[in-house]
Amino acid sequence: MSYLDNILFAILLIAGFGFFASSVKKIIRNIKLGVDVDRKDNPKARWANMALIALGQSKMVKRPVAGVLHIVVYVGFIIINIELLEIIIDGLFGTHRIFAPYLGVVYDVLIASFEILAILVIFAVTVFWIRRNGIRLKRFIHSDLKGFPKSDANYILYFETVLMILFLLMNASDLHLQNVPGGVFHKAGTFPVSQFIAPIFNGLSNELVVLLFEIFWWVHIVGILVFMNYLYFSKHLHILLAFPNTYFADLNSKGKFDNLESVTKEVKLMMDPNADPFAAAPVDENAAPGKFGASDVQDLNWVQLLNAYTCTECGRCTSACPANQTGKKLSPRKIMMDTRDRLQEVGKNIDTNKGVFVPDNKTLLNDYITPEELWACTSCNACVEECPVNISPLSIIMDMRRYLVMEQSAAPMSLNAMMTNIENNGAPWQYSQQDRLNWKNEN
Amino acid sequence: MSESLVVPTMAEMLAEGKQPEVLFWVGCAGSFDDRAKKITKAFVRILNRTNVSFAVLGTEESCTGDPAKRAGNEFLFQMQAMMNIEVLNAYEAKKIVTACPHCFNTLKNEYPELGGQYDVIHHTEFLKSLIDEGRLTVEGGQFKGKKITFHDPCYLGRANKVYEAPRDLIQKLDVELVEMKRSKANGLCCGAGGAQMFKDAEPGNKEVNVLRTEDALEVQPDIIAAGCPFCNTMLTDGIKHQEKEGQVKVMDIAELIANAQDF
Repeated sequence: MSYLDNILFAILLIAGFGFFASSVKKIIRNIKLGVDVDRKDNPKARWANMALIALGQSKMVKRPVAGVLHIVVYVGFIIINIELLEIIIDGLFGTHRIFAPYLGVVYDVLIASFEILAILVIFAVTVFWIRRNGIRLKRFIHSDLKGFPKSDANYILYFETVLMILFLLMNASDLHLQNVPGGVFHKAGTFPVSQFIAPIFNGLSNELVVLLFEIFWWVHIVGILVFMNYLYFSKHLHILLAFPNTYFADLNSKGKFDNLESVTKEVKLMMDPNADPFAAAPVDENAAPGKFGASDVQDLNWVQLLNAYTCTECGRCTSACPANQTGKKLSPRKIMMDTRDRLQEVGKNIDTNKGVFVPDNKTLLNDYITPEELWACTSCNACVEECPVNISPLSIIMDMRRYLVMEQSAAPMSLNAMMTNIENNGAPWQYSQQDRLNWKNEN
Repeated sequence: MSESLVVPTMAEMLAEGKQPEVLFWVGCAGSFDDRAKKITKAFVRILNRTNVSFAVLGTEESCTGDPAKRAGNEFLFQMQAMMNIEVLNAYEAKKIVTACPHCFNTLKNEYPELGGQYDVIHHTEFLKSLIDEGRLTVEGGQFKGKKITFHDPCYLGRANKVYEAPRDLIQKLDVELVEMKRSKANGLCCGAGGAQMFKDAEPGNKEVNVLRTEDALEVQPDIIAAGCPFCNTMLTDGIKHQEKEGQVKVMDIAELIANAQDF
């Protein structure tokens, strides 16, 4: 390769990683639009969660077919990054298979395992494609996945297939060039899969095969850079965010809902017999948030926003949701997708308005998520249990219910009646508290 | 059946200068709902027979605030919580047992931050501990050989990971315990949680309790066992909907244990 190639490669690399870094910065900024919540306690349990759930894929295999195939693609992704390192060094310095002389047999084993993984990945991705487009599994043809989310899933599969095919073609042409009389390339690597592809180059001139090799090599690396930058727009972002997301997930029992601190202060004041009921509210330096509950993404906490970016739209939550199974409008997956869409919209708004959010007369509540969806939730935690990366759609649903009830007094009539009963009688039904022990003497 | 129940209140206990081993938190359903009152009484019958020293708050008990909290009314929840905590702390309550998973969850998980630290256990766990300590012996009695399936209440199971105690108790009855296709962590909600009990369901094509009852009927049980008064109501309604009242009963585990000894 001439120097021109190396310079071009360096420029591409810098551009690719540069765009990627700017996307990551945007994501971090958007996540930080959320309210603060402390998720730094118990690092040991958090690392364990991350190791088990994100790295170990323990929750993926609850559905074995998708789980095992997903692990194949995932391992393929991780391992191929080692190969990527070699490609980058080769590209920058004009070398060829730079690791080969240093690693010896290890190199052979590595290349062989990449090849086997590549073919397994192609197989897995094909099955995934068939599940989505052929068998049309219910959760993949759900109304949540119309338009881009549906195409997004397929684009990812096409991308992965093409990248793997290019990788194998690259190796096959390389192998061919190693074996031609005189050996254009030095011998390196073992090629259990691409040795069967190599014969297609027989009869072609060496110059042509070298050119083909270079084309495969370039398209492959450029493809990877493009794919990396596609993440920002795609559900595929989970390959990165699954790790922080499982680390920062709620460690409490699922039944424990947070007690709003701002409310605690008010209630304590109300119940304090020594408090002057006519006194002005004390000025608090750590002023409580201006509203109770959440109507827009800025009212959610940053973990909920991280959840939204991490969601891979697999729909396991929705397929486990009792409300969804009985035909109600609620879909936990849609809650997450709506949150992300709204967050992206708010982010764009900030970008176009030079760093400040200019109200756009829209909110997550109503414009994206309707009260009907929120009220259909039984808070049963099935969605939280199902999520392979520990997302909690339930926490968002609850925060939005809080807004409906405490800011807008917009609970369904029957719930208002229930709450009035609790206020007046200490029970959700209209019975007197004085009758609480009547059962003792009844037959 | 008509044995009279001894139900001391915390106030009476205090007047006698006594502290019970355990405070029985009855809950609103257990106090007022006709079906759930039978569960309350069954549990008290067991406590009486095993001479467990217990007391109830009686008229001093109030809603834990669970339905208010799940509906989104954090204010009302915390008001209820603080009032209850004042009462409980005044009696220096240490150990609380309840037959309602919603009360159980709230008292156990959400009260501590508000100043209410108690050792809270579900009645199935408590009964299990009585058996383990040799204070309660259980035989199958009228249930021997019957096919029983257990419906995991969300706020007991997924929310607090209590899966084994209720199953252990059922197995003590010499019955055939059959699992539904969705059970334990994968259990399906009865449809009452999250304050749904108190409102109409949103439009859909089926009620959740009907779907859950179908799950249960699939394994053709004689009895569907529950550990929650709300699940009990929902599943009983589901059985009525399927017109299976004649064949299948919905019973709380406390009722199973109490009734097994009646014959």
